[in-house]
Amino acid sequence: MSSVLYDTPGPRAKRRNVIYTVVFLAVLGLVAWWVLSAMAEKNQLAADKWTPFVTDSRVWTTYLLPGLMETLKAAALSILIALPLGALLGIGRLSDHRWVRVPAGTVVEFFRAIPVLLLMMFAAALYREFTTISSDFRPLYAVVTGLVLYNASVIAEVVRAGVLSLPRGQGDAAEALGMRKSQTMLYVLLPQAVTVMLPALVSQLVVIVKDTALGGAMLGFAELLSQNRQITANYGANTIATFTVIALIYIVINALLTHLAGRLERRMRRGKKSTSVTIPAQGAVTDVETMTVRGS
Amino acid sequence: MKLRSTSAAAAAAVVLALTATACGTGSDSGSNGDKINVGIKFDQPGLGLKTPDGKYAGFDVDVARYVAKELGFAEDKINFKQAPSAERENLIKNGDVKFVVASYSINDKRKKEVDFAGPYFLAHQDLLVRADDSSITKVEDLNAKKLCSVTGSTSAQNVKDKLAPKADLQQLGGYSECLTGLENKAVDALTTDDSILAGYASQKEHAGKFKLAGLRMSDEKYGIGVKKGDDELRGKINKALEKMVTDGTWEKLVKEHFGPSGYKYEPAPKVEN
Amino acid sequence: MFDFLDSGQYDLLGAFWVTAKLALYSAIGSLIWGTALVGMRVSPVPMMRAFGTAYVNLVRNTPLTVVLVACSFVLNQTLRITLGGGRSEEIGFRLAVLGLVLYTGTFVCEALRSGINTVPPGQAEAARALGLSFTQVLTLVVFPQAFRAVVTPLANVLIALTKNTTVASAISAAEAALLMKEMVENEADALFAVFAVFAFGFILLTLPTGLFLGWAAKRLAVKR
Repeated sequence: MSSVLYDTPGPRAKRRNVIYTVVFLAVLGLVAWWVLSAMAEKNQLAADKWTPFVTDSRVWTTYLLPGLMETLKAAALSILIALPLGALLGIGRLSDHRWVRVPAGTVVEFFRAIPVLLLMMFAAALYREFTTISSDFRPLYAVVTGLVLYNASVIAEVVRAGVLSLPRGQGDAAEALGMRKSQTMLYVLLPQAVTVMLPALVSQLVVIVKDTALGGAMLGFAELLSQNRQITANYGANTIATFTVIALIYIVINALLTHLAGRLERRMRRGKKSTSVTIPAQGAVTDVETMTVRGS
Repeated sequence: MKLRSTSAAAAAAVVLALTATACGTGSDSGSNGDKINVGIKFDQPGLGLKTPDGKYAGFDVDVARYVAKELGFAEDKINFKQAPSAERENLIKNGDVKFVVASYSINDKRKKEVDFAGPYFLAHQDLLVRADDSSITKVEDLNAKKLCSVTGSTSAQNVKDKLAPKADLQQLGGYSECLTGLENKAVDALTTDDSILAGYASQKEHAGKFKLAGLRMSDEKYGIGVKKGDDELRGKINKALEKMVTDGTWEKLVKEHFGPSGYKYEPAPKVEN
Repeated sequence: MFDFLDSGQYDLLGAFWVTAKLALYSAIGSLIWGTALVGMRVSPVPMMRAFGTAYVNLVRNTPLTVVLVACSFVLNQTLRITLGGGRSEEIGFRLAVLGLVLYTGTFVCEALRSGINTVPPGQAEAARALGLSFTQVLTLVVFPQAFRAVVTPLANVLIALTKNTTVASAISAAEAALLMKEMVENEADALFAVFAVFAFGFILLTLPTGLFLGWAAKRLAVKR
């Protein structure tokens, strides 16, 4: 394994690498040993705290899986509503008319500047005070509202960047054919921008899935994370075991989504080369990459 | 054209999903058809707990079942709903549930928003400490101690405002979080109603680890919350509660749920009309 | 409408001050931790590369709420690490900083890595031809250029971090979101005013960061 940053290791470098590896492993091992022994001393490794997740299928069917369903339901609803809304806002920001561009821009910047938790808490209080939505659904509505407002404005920026990343010639050609501005956007620019945006949109789903946990911690939304309370109430305060299992479920789901995003991106790049469509793939893709970072 | 069909599909999916969720929000007033909705706690062992097999267990749950039976609803006609502390008034006011049995102490602030039947139980604010810890014998001892309670609970505020202002109060999301800290000596005491504490202390996983300090720092009369002004229902529930005490069910239930912990519960309080 | 501000019951400035401190300390910490992580991810030692990659992929896919709550439980409640003792507010604050650093470090790492990729290979090759070691190539040639290329993505990470400090309310750090939760429950009549105040506060915190770093990005950009 070599990289542009260092030479292919020679005999001395190889020896040095072995030493570094051993030292690094030793440090990692020490930390792990210290954590595990401290936990064992506090009885947190006791088998009866961990075995329920393997031996008792009811932990899964009564708590974890229903919680996971709520998480996925909130995430799916949020992305489905945020997508069209975000596309509208993004296109609005590109409009030639000031009275469309400025309000769209203000909305996008406002909701991007505010923590999504604040939006959720505000929505929850609004629904509690001014609507009759039943308490079974109020937390879900509040979480979805917060996520939609925030993610629509993020998606608006993704859409805008996607459209702007297309070569000018595309729009010019459409104009030359006599298409109206709306037609140019709808039939020429957006379809191409969507393929550029796809990986960024899938990565945004990861952000959404992670943010649903806020609803569980702060708003009483019965999603995956909030199940820890009922599980630990039934199985003798096995908090650490429960949190480990819940974190692993999140990691698996999000790793799958990240993997999907990566595959889409690679396929897109390949597709571009083979059919030689006119979009300069590299520039567009790095743009999208930097954008996915922001949604943390 | 491809775009148009995808966006149409997405729009259809949104509409579908929305209506699907909206279906559940239809206006039912606590008892839809032949079923009755009752609010309980889902995460308090001994009082109201959703067990791994999806059933419900605890003193509050059994009281709710008894009252519902007296109102003419068999056990399979009861629909239990989760009633977290902060949501109880809203559940009743919005008509989501007919009544709430969820360690619901009667106080003046709550009486402005809902009416109470009962009381059916008298609890006290108390401390749960490690079984080998005898350093807390009176409330003032807390001033030098780390205390744990659930975010926003009134018992925590009581201690902070009146009983021991210098206590180092840590507020966590749930009682089991506090128990982990208590077991590992990260905190010294957990405070809330003794009925709730007894429920945790008597779980088999915690046997012998914790004990109640027995300080009786306040009187908490548990009532059954009903909609404001619904005197008919309140009267019926009060009758049911009185009957529960006289026919010995109350004693039986209390023994069943609080007996194992050695918790010295108060005798049945007199129902106030 | 805004009379709850005068009642003296709520320490609004204090809460936002905690938020600002959380953001500042976590920003410094995550820049350091993120740089260390990216150093591992591109290092010649396979074991470090593996650790860096595994750490980033695991932590980045975990909700911040879970990371912070785990810090509070595993480290404090169970292992009794208090990071210096004191009252539980102080411990909670330090644990929140730790959790935010552990989490945000992965995003800093990824931003820096994309920055390293923008440095033309010729730069590193020339440095190696001069006989510089891996550490020298990285610290003297590649990082200085990479940092300048990633000012914008880093700014976005830091703005996201400022907003993410609200999650610390889940472990009772006494910052702005926790106060807002209390206020929306007590001041239900002035709901919109409460929201407006907190929204304004966060815009005040994030906007200057964004403007300053946008300006810095333009000034520092490597002209090629």
